[in-house]
Amino acid sequence: MNFRELITHRPDLAFIAHWVRNESHVLDLGCGDGVMLEYLQSDKRCLGYGVEIDDGKIPLCVNRGVSVIQQDLEAGLAMFVDNAFDTVLCLSALQMMKNVEGILADIARVGREAIVSFPNFAHWPHRLALLRGRMPVSKSLPYEWYDTPNVRCATIKDFEELANRVGLEVLECVALQDGKPVTFLPNWRGSLAVFRLRKKIAA
Amino acid sequence: MSTIGIVSPQSMHFPEPLPLRSGASLSDYTLMYETYGTLNADRSNAVLICHALNASHHVAGVYEGVDGSRNVGWWDNMVGPGKPVDTNRFFVIGVNNPGSCFGSTGPMHINPATGKPYGADFPVVTVEDWVLAQARLADRLGIGQFAAVMGGSLGGMQALAWSIIFPERVRHSIVIASTPKLSAQNIAFNDVARQAILTDPDFHGGDYYAHGVVPRRGLRVARMVGHITYLSDDSMAEKFGRSLRNGDFQFGYGIDFEIESYLRYQGDKFSEYFDANTYLLITKALDYFDPARGHGDDLAAALAGTRSEFLLVSFTTDWRFSPERSREIVQALVKNKRRVSYAEIDAPHGHDAFLLEDPRYMTVVKSYYDRIWHDMNGGRA
Repeated sequence: MNFRELITHRPDLAFIAHWVRNESHVLDLGCGDGVMLEYLQSDKRCLGYGVEIDDGKIPLCVNRGVSVIQQDLEAGLAMFVDNAFDTVLCLSALQMMKNVEGILADIARVGREAIVSFPNFAHWPHRLALLRGRMPVSKSLPYEWYDTPNVRCATIKDFEELANRVGLEVLECVALQDGKPVTFLPNWRGSLAVFRLRKKIAA
Repeated sequence: MSTIGIVSPQSMHFPEPLPLRSGASLSDYTLMYETYGTLNADRSNAVLICHALNASHHVAGVYEGVDGSRNVGWWDNMVGPGKPVDTNRFFVIGVNNPGSCFGSTGPMHINPATGKPYGADFPVVTVEDWVLAQARLADRLGIGQFAAVMGGSLGGMQALAWSIIFPERVRHSIVIASTPKLSAQNIAFNDVARQAILTDPDFHGGDYYAHGVVPRRGLRVARMVGHITYLSDDSMAEKFGRSLRNGDFQFGYGIDFEIESYLRYQGDKFSEYFDANTYLLITKALDYFDPARGHGDDLAAALAGTRSEFLLVSFTTDWRFSPERSREIVQALVKNKRRVSYAEIDAPHGHDAFLLEDPRYMTVVKSYYDRIWHDMNGGRA
């Protein structure tokens, strides 16, 4: 997989891939069909592992030549030792987790840097829906309130606070809309929040 | 899906001694094996399938019996044309281990030193000894490196041992429903089975061949105990529950419950074809397997020299070789930065699941072999 294929297929991932250094050791939590890791392996010569729970996704990863470990993220990252990875990716997965604080703390433990993305609940169509008295249903949050796998709703401002608490320092925060960064009023106009984080060094 | 059709076993004699971990050796030996598919010109498409406790070199296809009865290979759902291990692509070898009772040199064969059957004198063989014997077969077949070495349960131990002993001879190791070592509980079950055999009056210290008898009662109990550990509580409950054979209690020691009937039948069937000395040998090989033992109980250190890529599969209801055991192997491989994929299949059938056809399981293995094939052909599918 080359960059052109990635940007056509998943522009959001293509943007995020810029933040991953060549030949780094990467863990992708909730790696899905493994497309990001396949790109990072083939184009950036990274060594990576994916973690995924979905039975249907495991063969897709395996078929792409991506190392995937089938596991529920709620069970934590005991599989991996401290500081095992240069970068830990957790892309559009956090909002489905019950123990968000626990997994973030584990990300801070096993990785030196992390890239975390989630649907921005403060995106303007969501705010508008709430003003009308309804839970938002949109392209980035495509579920009704009663059947959504997204059990955690957060805004860009909310997340920064929690990241700090578990020992992650925010290096960059970008709001993406259709895979492109939004610079003007990002917490209003971006549907996907993306954070680049670094483990805080103990003083 | 089609099967590979009628197959026939081959044998190969090895006149040179096989040194064993125990310090003993087999002065010479014969291995039974079967092959399916065609070895390609650069000899890069060979796959070795390692068998578990009660299986053999007859992995796939059928033997056509004289009476028309068909004896289907034990992993026929996995190996064949268009199957996960596709014999249109790969040259697949099934090999019977020394000590077995399916034709390779075993305790029922003549010990050249005495002119009598080995019996209890057959040396204790280990997983590592089997791997060495298999490697010699590979040498003779002209296979320097396997595309994959694969096995389930005890067969998975052999696949893991291959990656450790001959790292340069294995590109992919496929370890299914296996473990880096038996737990105390596993060993306990094995010893109950062994005690059943050893205390059978027909055992005669292992020399029952000379007495023209078979320690059938011991073998039967051994198999019954083993069989319980292959099934999950749930699958037993679902299949048998407390169903009664004759609709009501019999107030005796015959068969009341269906589960009793099933286990006794399994025990009877097993004791007809399996050899008691082989059962003792193979359970010992299981007990002794522990590659971390020589590395301060550090499995990651034991696997540090491996070079292959790995696929591990476990089954959630397998309490004999539980997913936790497979995860230990994955963890040790990750620590060594080996490429490894791990699938944990939520199947209800316990340890037996590795022999059954679950579409998720089959798809993962097929995808893995598709990738091996893809890589062998320079990225072309």
